[in-house]
Amino acid sequence: MISSDSLRANAVSTSIIRSSNSAWTLGWADLERHRELLYFLTWRDIKVRYKQTALGVAWAILQPLAVALALAAFLGRVVHMTSDDLPYPVFAYAGMVLWQLFAQGVTESSNSIVNNERLISKVYFPRLLVPLSAILASQLDFAISLLVLVLFLIYFRITPTGAVALFPLFVLPVVLSSLGAGLWLSALNVKFRDVRYTINFLVQFWFFATPVAYPISSVPERWRMLYELNPMVGALQGFRWALRGQGAFPAQSVILAFFTGTALLLTGLYYFRRTEDTFADFI
Amino acid sequence: MRTSSDSGGPIAIRCDGIGKRYRIGLRPRYRTLRETISGMVRAPLRAMARRGHKPANDERDLWALRDLSLEVRRGEVLGVIGRNASGKSTLLKILSRITKPTEGQAEIHGRVGSLLEVGAGFHPELTGRENIFLNGAVLGMIRREIERKFDEIVEFAECGRLLDTPIKHYSSGMYVRLAFAVAAHLETEILLVDEVLAVGDAAFQKKCLGKIGDAASQGRTVLFVSHNMLAVDSLCTRAICLHEGRVVLEGLPAAVTSRYSQNWLPAFKEVVHDDIESAPGNDMIRLHRARVRPLDGSPTDQLTVRTSLAVEFECWKLAAHSRLDLAAEIFNEHGVSVFATAENRESPAPAGLLRSSFIVPADLMNNGTYRLHFMVFLNGVGATVVADWEDLLVFEIHDAASELRGAFHGQWPGALRPNLLWQTELLEPLPVSVAGLRGNG
Repeated sequence: MISSDSLRANAVSTSIIRSSNSAWTLGWADLERHRELLYFLTWRDIKVRYKQTALGVAWAILQPLAVALALAAFLGRVVHMTSDDLPYPVFAYAGMVLWQLFAQGVTESSNSIVNNERLISKVYFPRLLVPLSAILASQLDFAISLLVLVLFLIYFRITPTGAVALFPLFVLPVVLSSLGAGLWLSALNVKFRDVRYTINFLVQFWFFATPVAYPISSVPERWRMLYELNPMVGALQGFRWALRGQGAFPAQSVILAFFTGTALLLTGLYYFRRTEDTFADFI
Repeated sequence: MRTSSDSGGPIAIRCDGIGKRYRIGLRPRYRTLRETISGMVRAPLRAMARRGHKPANDERDLWALRDLSLEVRRGEVLGVIGRNASGKSTLLKILSRITKPTEGQAEIHGRVGSLLEVGAGFHPELTGRENIFLNGAVLGMIRREIERKFDEIVEFAECGRLLDTPIKHYSSGMYVRLAFAVAAHLETEILLVDEVLAVGDAAFQKKCLGKIGDAASQGRTVLFVSHNMLAVDSLCTRAICLHEGRVVLEGLPAAVTSRYSQNWLPAFKEVVHDDIESAPGNDMIRLHRARVRPLDGSPTDQLTVRTSLAVEFECWKLAAHSRLDLAAEIFNEHGVSVFATAENRESPAPAGLLRSSFIVPADLMNNGTYRLHFMVFLNGVGATVVADWEDLLVFEIHDAASELRGAFHGQWPGALRPNLLWQTELLEPLPVSVAGLRGNG
C-alpha cells in the first residue's frame, strides 16, 4: 500500500543547482517541459515582426523578389550570366528564397539573446529556446515566398518532376547551418557587442560565397571542394536540381552540406551550452 | 552559519555553502572584441615585463554571496532583507536558476515560480490578452492553466475593457496591474518574490500583499525579498538579513527587522576629511565634513519619519572675496528629486572653516533611502558651479508608528509624507424627516 501522502511527496520535483551544467548534453527534459514556451516565443516573433508595417506579410515575398529581379535585370539581361538550364529569373529567385531563409535565420537568431535581455536576466527557461524560436519564425516567411516560386514555375512553364519531393532534404542543411551559426553568434554577442555589427558583414560575405546570383560552374574546378564546404552550396545545388528535374544529382555537394551543416550546429550547441550559464551575468 | 526553522515540515529549499563571484576589473571589463584581442596580445608582453615581480592584481574579485547555507521548510514565508548589493537579488537569481553559483549547491523540492520583475516578457505591440498568454508561458504556466485562470486574471487586473488593445497604449498603472495579475496566479509550490510590491498604487499593493499571504496560507513556500520592513513583519514567518553576501541575522521577522534597522544602515550619514590638503574640492573651497543627524538626541540615533533632521556641511573656504552659495538636492530611491535648497548670501562669507546647516522638519519626509547631491555656486545659485558632489551622503529614513497610518501596513505612497491635520466639523444636522427615517439617528 502506498499512502496518498507518500504519493504527493513523490510528485514534488527536486532540482539541484550547481556551479555548471554539462555542455555535452542538451538538457532535453528541460526543453520538453518548456515546449509551450517555444511555441509562444515563435508566435510572438511572427506576430510582432510585421506589426505596424503597411505591407505586412508581403515583405516576406518582397525581399527575395526585389533582389531576384535586380539580379535578373543586371546579371541576367546586362551581363548574360549563365544559369544552368533554368531561366535566369527562376534561377535567381529559387536561390534567393533559400538564401533568405538562411540569412534571416542567422541574423534574427544572432541578435535574439541580446534582444531578449530583460527576459534572460529576470526569468529562467532553457536559453536554447530563444534562438530556436527566431529560426522557427523565419520558416513562415520561407513558406510564403515558396508560394511565389510556384507562380514563377507556372509563368515560365516549368513542370517539376518527382524530384521536387526531395525539397525538404535541401532545406534541412540550410536550417541546420543557420541555427548553428545563430547559436555561435548569439552566445558571442552576449560577451562581445561587436558581433552585432559583424553580422551584416558576415552575411554579405556569405552571400558572395554562395551561388545565388551565379552558377557553380563559374567556380574553378580546383577551388570547388573548398567552396562546397559552405553548406549553402549543396543546399542550393540540390534545390535547383530538383526544380530542373534533369542532370546529375549533385551528390558531393549535398553530402558535404549535410556534413558541414551538422558540424556547425553541433559546435554551436556545445559553445552555447557552455556559455549560457553566464548570459545573465554579462548581458 | 546555517539557519533553519524549528518547525519540522519537509524541506523546500536547502542551500549549502553557496557563493557567487563576480570579477570586477579595476578597469572596465573586456567588452569589445578589439579590447580582448589587444588584451591577449599585450598580456604576454606585460607578463615578460613583470617577470620577477609579483603579478599585479588587475582583477578584484567581488563575492556577491559567500558561504551561504540556508534551509527553508515547506509552508514558510521567509523574508530576506539587507542593504542594496548585500546579495539578496543574487540569491534569488541563483535559486530561480537565472545564474549559476560559483561554489556550493542548492536543492529545491518543488516547482519554482520566480517574480523578479513584473511583466517579464511583455511585448508592447501585443494586446493584453496576448501578453497574458505570453507572460504566463514565460513564468512556466502551461496553456491550459492560463486558459483556466484567464477570467480571474483579467478581473484581478481590472483591465477587461482594454483586453484587445496593444499594451503600449496602457497607462503605467494598468501595465503593472496586468503584469502582477498574471504572476499572482502562478501556482507553483515555491514562490520567489523580489520587490515587486514597490510598484503600483497603495490599494493595489494591499491586494498584492494579500495574494502573497494567500499563497502562504495554502501551504506554499515563499521567499520574499523586500525593503519594506512592515511588509516583512506582517507577512513572513521568519526573516534573514544579508550583509556583504552572508547571513548576519536570522530569526523572527520583528526581531530581525528591528536589529537590521539599528545595525546595518547605509553608512554615509557622515563623511569627514581631516586633511585640508587632500580633502575634496579646489582652491576656492574644500569639504571638511558633511552629515545628517537627528536634530534632537544623539547623532547615532535612527532617523525616522518622526525626527527632524539637521543637515550640516563644514567647509574650508579658501577664497576670501568670492561669494559662494551652498546648495543641496535630495533624491529618493526612485531617483526622484524630492526637494532642493540653497543658500542665498548677500555678501561673501569670510575665509576659514565654516559650518552651514539647514533643518528638515519632522513629519515631512517619507521613509526610504535618500541621496544628497551637494553643490557650490559662485556668484549666486544657477551661475558657475564651483564644486559638485553627487551622492555625498546616503541615508535612510525609517518608518515609525504614527497616527497617520492607522491600520494600513503597506508602503505609504508619495514622495513626501507630511502629517497634515484633518479637520471635520458639523455644518448642519440632518433634517428631522431624514433623521427620523434612520430610526435611532
